[in-house]
Amino acid sequence: MSGKLAERDVVNDRESPDSPGLAAPRLSVVRQYLNAQSDSAGSDGFFKTLMLASALTIFAIVLFIFLELAWQSRMAIAHFGISFLYRSAWNPVSGDFGARPFIYGTLVSSLLALLIAVPLSVSTAVFITEMCPIPLRRSLSFLTELLAAIPSVVYGLWALVVLVPLLRTGINPFLMRTLGWTGFFEGPDYGVSMLAAGIILAIMILPIISSITREVMSTVPQSQREAALALGATRWEMIRISVLPNARLGIAGGVILGLGRALGETMAVTMVIGNRPEIARSLLAPGYTMASVLANEFTEATTNLYLSALIEIGLVLFLVTIVVNALARLLIWSVTRGASSRMA
Amino acid sequence: MGVGIEVKDLNAWYGSTHTLRDIHLNIPANHATALIGPSGCGKSTFVRCLNRMHETNPIARVTGTVKIGDLDIYNDVSPVVIRRRIGMVFQRPNPFPTMSIYDNVASGLRLNGFRNRQALDEIVERSLRRAALWDEVKDDLRRKSGASISGGQQQRLCIARALAVDPEVLLMDEPASALDPISTAKIEDLIFHLKSEYTIVIVTHNMQQAARVAEKTGFFLNGQLVEFDATTKIFTNPSDKRTEDYITGRFG
Repeated sequence: MSGKLAERDVVNDRESPDSPGLAAPRLSVVRQYLNAQSDSAGSDGFFKTLMLASALTIFAIVLFIFLELAWQSRMAIAHFGISFLYRSAWNPVSGDFGARPFIYGTLVSSLLALLIAVPLSVSTAVFITEMCPIPLRRSLSFLTELLAAIPSVVYGLWALVVLVPLLRTGINPFLMRTLGWTGFFEGPDYGVSMLAAGIILAIMILPIISSITREVMSTVPQSQREAALALGATRWEMIRISVLPNARLGIAGGVILGLGRALGETMAVTMVIGNRPEIARSLLAPGYTMASVLANEFTEATTNLYLSALIEIGLVLFLVTIVVNALARLLIWSVTRGASSRMA
Repeated sequence: MGVGIEVKDLNAWYGSTHTLRDIHLNIPANHATALIGPSGCGKSTFVRCLNRMHETNPIARVTGTVKIGDLDIYNDVSPVVIRRRIGMVFQRPNPFPTMSIYDNVASGLRLNGFRNRQALDEIVERSLRRAALWDEVKDDLRRKSGASISGGQQQRLCIARALAVDPEVLLMDEPASALDPISTAKIEDLIFHLKSEYTIVIVTHNMQQAARVAEKTGFFLNGQLVEFDATTKIFTNPSDKRTEDYITGRFG
């Protein structure tokens, strides 16, 4: 490069031998400055190392949590073996422990929350981005996001004071009358129940799913909307054939984040789920989740085995979260890879 | 078969900007009409007023009358009905990326509840043949996504999609401006062959393109239609000084 530069300067000299000040090859101020700069390879390398270290820290933290949980629960693991995962016993007095009702409670309450929250939050996002009058748009999206800022204990209190009585006096009797035959809505009605936990979880994850959905829907190019409109699509058809399909990956990402929050949510669930380690078909019966049993009983764990079993619950929660997330991602990947051959 | 377009007293605004002023224009049926003019002169806004796409922007406003055939599109019907009779091709190819090539072409008919599979197969093939794309995609119709083909192919796919609903008018807003010369030539060829069956209105920045494909040409400047005449007249002997300045490259 410097050779080429020198050559050009020589040519310049020959072309204007009489010009004053051009006797020696002279570079412009900008060229002089830029030529004097190093190739910055050193700072690039430093930056790369820094980023790598940050990324590795995440791995290290996850690994460390896993190892610590496994180590602290070694007594329970040795005592119950794999049967811990499917045994239903939970008897601190006789020292008999199993995680099944808690795994069941965590999965069912989260699933219930998704069933309620996904349609609701996607519809909310569709309304806000596509149909809402512009002046109302900002305040409405602010309100949905405000839901995310409320502490979970406040949700729990609200659920206990408002939602549970409402379920007991109004909604549950109705569900028992109309859907009692399915077996999902029967038995004594305490109010505190799996259903109450699912509903409060749904309200809590709604803002996450809704705001992510809104975000990705607003990035769908205008040209895609116009393509549908120009074909004579109504507004709803336009949303169905161009907005939702283009946003589906982002929506799925939002659902996974919501699911993550639902699986790990502790306080609000503990306050309304009833905290009884039993598996019942009826959603009106009380249940228990892994996070709730940890929060409730950790300080009361009197024996080493009891404590160890609780920590193993934590380990199982950790693994269940990872497995459910992986499954959700796998599901999305298998649905969305390549072109869909169907009309979306 | 195409129908003519009659435009009277058309005015359009974006917010407070008056983008089209008092446009009077009769576009002949089954011919290609080109609209030329410098950037921002209102020619795109004009075609978007012909299928009521202009009003999809919340700050946009239109007054005046536009008749497509016998239909007064701003007073007689809903925009959805009008857009089902008018095909539109945009500047940037916009196939639906989540649909296959086949589904892209079929999308307009399916929107209208058309379910006859055999007829659909035939229409998809005929539309792709008309858009000169059939031979290039016939083996991957259902396998490839509408977005997985090249830009020039995507634009022809969009033309096929517009043709599949058998429109009476085909609007093209700078359909070749994002394409390379070979794809551009294919699109022009296409317009040349389609214009005996459809009323085509094409907005273009490329004056040679207008001269090659269109019988009639309109020149827009600052939101006004300066001159509208036979293409040969516009390019050889324009009656307005501004048109002459523009086509000889003195401004714009």
